[in-house]
Amino acid sequence: MKHLTQISDLSREQALRLLDVAWEFSAVAERRVPKLPTLRGVTMVNLFFEDSTRTRLSFEAAARRLSADVMTFQVHGSSVSKGESLKDTAQTVEAMGADIIVIRHFASGAAKRLADSGWVTGAVINAGDGIFEHPTQALLDAATLRQRHHQDPLGKDLAGVHLVIVGDIAHSRVARSNVALMATLGAAVTLVGPPELMPRGVEQWPVQVTSDFDEALATKPDAVMMLRVQRERIAPDSFPTPDDYRRRYCLSSARAATLVDHAVVMHPGPMNRGMEIASDVADSSRSVILDQVRNGVSVRMAALYEVWGDRRE
Amino acid sequence: MSEYLIVGARVNGGASGDLAISHGVFVLPEELSRGASTLEAEGLVALPGLVDLHTHVRQPGGEQAETVLTGSQAAALGGFSAIHAMANTTPVADTVTVTNQVWELGRDAGYVDVRPVGAVSKGLLGAELAAISDMASSPAKVRVFSDDGHCVSDSALMRRALELVASLGGVVAQHSQDPALTRGAQMNEGALAGRLGLSGWPGVAEETIIARDVLLAQSVGARLHVCHVSTAGSVEVIAWAKSRGIAVTAEVTPHHLLLSEDMVAAFDPRFKVNPPLRRSEDTLALREAVGQGIIDIVATDHAPHPSESKDCSFEEAAFGMLGLETALPVVLHTLVEPGHISMGDVGRILSSGPAKIGSLRGYEFPLALGSPAHLTLVDPAQAANPVRGSLSSNNPFEGLALPGSVRYTFFGGIQTVENGHLCEPERVSRKKGEI
Amino acid sequence: MSTHAVLSQSDIERTLRRIGHEIVEAVPDCADVVLLGIPTRGAILAARLCAVMEEITGGPIPLGSIDVTMFRDDIATGGHRTPAPTTIPAGGIDDKVVILVDDVLFSGRTVRAALDALTALGRPKMVKLAVLVDRGHRELPIRADHVGKNLPSAPGERITVKLVETDGVDEVLVVS
Repeated sequence: MKHLTQISDLSREQALRLLDVAWEFSAVAERRVPKLPTLRGVTMVNLFFEDSTRTRLSFEAAARRLSADVMTFQVHGSSVSKGESLKDTAQTVEAMGADIIVIRHFASGAAKRLADSGWVTGAVINAGDGIFEHPTQALLDAATLRQRHHQDPLGKDLAGVHLVIVGDIAHSRVARSNVALMATLGAAVTLVGPPELMPRGVEQWPVQVTSDFDEALATKPDAVMMLRVQRERIAPDSFPTPDDYRRRYCLSSARAATLVDHAVVMHPGPMNRGMEIASDVADSSRSVILDQVRNGVSVRMAALYEVWGDRRE
Repeated sequence: MSEYLIVGARVNGGASGDLAISHGVFVLPEELSRGASTLEAEGLVALPGLVDLHTHVRQPGGEQAETVLTGSQAAALGGFSAIHAMANTTPVADTVTVTNQVWELGRDAGYVDVRPVGAVSKGLLGAELAAISDMASSPAKVRVFSDDGHCVSDSALMRRALELVASLGGVVAQHSQDPALTRGAQMNEGALAGRLGLSGWPGVAEETIIARDVLLAQSVGARLHVCHVSTAGSVEVIAWAKSRGIAVTAEVTPHHLLLSEDMVAAFDPRFKVNPPLRRSEDTLALREAVGQGIIDIVATDHAPHPSESKDCSFEEAAFGMLGLETALPVVLHTLVEPGHISMGDVGRILSSGPAKIGSLRGYEFPLALGSPAHLTLVDPAQAANPVRGSLSSNNPFEGLALPGSVRYTFFGGIQTVENGHLCEPERVSRKKGEI
Repeated sequence: MSTHAVLSQSDIERTLRRIGHEIVEAVPDCADVVLLGIPTRGAILAARLCAVMEEITGGPIPLGSIDVTMFRDDIATGGHRTPAPTTIPAGGIDDKVVILVDDVLFSGRTVRAALDALTALGRPKMVKLAVLVDRGHRELPIRADHVGKNLPSAPGERITVKLVETDGVDEVLVVS
């Protein structure tokens, strides 16, 4: 695929292929020399309009493992105090030699806007835009689930897997990308959260929706993904209050104890320990949070490889 | 040079006939002198010069995007002989200084009648009334007052404005948008906005203001004009008001007749506008409303923007679309072709109707003997001309196949468009004395 | 276009048997041998060779595969492919005698890529190359230690190796 701006860019075949390539790449990490020469001479630029150390480092690690050159262009300013424009910064980094632009932006749809704009000829990968999508996050989540669900994951999808996602769904690009990808891969998804934090039109999404976390847990899901809740949205004077939220939606030790044996706990990070997830649950053997991080590097390697290959064809 | 014989045009889309222009008015062909130019108009439809009740010309203050001159030129290319220049300039047109300036610039340019619109409130801030009486009694004779871009949301201020403007024989044109319900809004509120992660602008924020305003207008016996109606719900409110005899008129933009919110799915800021593109059901309801007369006219809300205001992410982009040069083609495509109105009705919704609402004289007896020679000749069989008059290029209809090429336009007997091309400013300008 | 078979099933079987004996004779200590096949068909042949050699030596021979997709020199210009699995046996390759196995030796570029891939995995004592068919036309200074059959060919000809595991039949064809 030429760009990866949203999950719907990927057909089922493309998504599976990407995950399979990522699986092969994950073996590279164990090798004496954990590097491949594949993208030597290719320049990847992190064009970040928003701060994000983890995503940025993950993409950097992915690029370096493939011997690509990496640059980071951190744009200062925000949606309020506008910095340099998207068009100008994109053209600047391309003039500096960027072949692949990995973009993180505060505006929903900025990655697709850049990909379709015609301002740059390089490939565009969305590293999170506003509250729209974060495709590589969903892919690493799917990779993690796939490994847990299948002994030999190559070529397999997620049919039969039930994932519960909990949190502020309305403002979560991780949720949007995961809902789209899980549907493509055949997994069942239940969204859990306060009704005020559910997106408009969620009834039309290919998911079950409930505001009752315990009800969702009673359906014996295979995985529970906790989303970080932004402090601004559950301030003491808002509804729900932090205490309300914790009581109803925190993955406490008690709730985690009701999970079936093989069920795993996921989180895109960074975590608010004690808010949406109890500390000991985050550190328990059920938690695959670090696997997610590891898979993040190989999935991003696969994404870089796939968009580069498409460009070359 | 100022005499023309137009041969074989389908007058108002009806029977073929000849039209003759001399000294700025329509005359009998026999009255023309031998020096008159002849224009072969077979196959062309003759319509009265179009009147836009809602145009954004960005002068003073935004000349990068459009000036009175370039806006007038774009209008002429679209078949217009009059436009109403909205007040949200920099500085705002809330005093005679600015309205006079716009009026003079329009007369200097000479392509169309540029009618300045006066602001309702000072600075468009919605707190104090602007210098409305002054603007009404100025040489420009301002009769349309609007804070467009902003809603006059304070009910007390709206009521006072309605009363005052009514006493001056004018009309308040309201941009209906409850600010409390639309903070940070980017696109139509609904399932698509939920999926795209863009803040929603609910239809009810428009409908509640219209409902309030029609009742206010009724209570003080004033006329109300509703700008850019965008939802089926608004149509219902206006229909109710009309059935109660309330003096309300309404306009719809060409883009709300043709485009729906699906265009936003690719986050292209060309499709970002206020009020936003709505659902296809709304575009259908709006077309039917024009056919039924619930919506009286089509007005472009021509809103030019410099490229940097659209060459960015959707959220950061400015709201607004060009519309002067594509209005007639869109009307032909969305209203005439599907049969909501006939070609004979086009003059009412794009010329005499808006002129009447704006109290603009000279359009009451279109194409009739003795009337000012405001005229446009369009070829409905040819594809619409490319958009080239405006300084800006934020055209949402780019790439769409629309019917109707404007071949000739006349403003008070002065030819402004010849053979689909703009006539040179020297030919058109009235600065150099009488024609 | 004409196709003719140059190796039949029994030819292939006999050839692999012979190569297996050759390798065993040439290597000082069979305990050091690791067979790594280059997917797809090289890996299959390596597995067969492994069975043959285990029969000869009476002991286990470590077997694996080494995918060269990411090390190819034509990534920038050629079509881009999905990588195949690389599996290294538990004992690794350090200080071992690695026998690379492939079906056809042609330009030598695939083998060059395999040698590159090996450097990322460890440091063998020695690397040897066993191929079923050598068709000449080398573009790099690479040669095979063990060759099943020398098949001088015209550049326009295609040598097609078919194996039961992937193609349902064992045969080597020349298509001209």
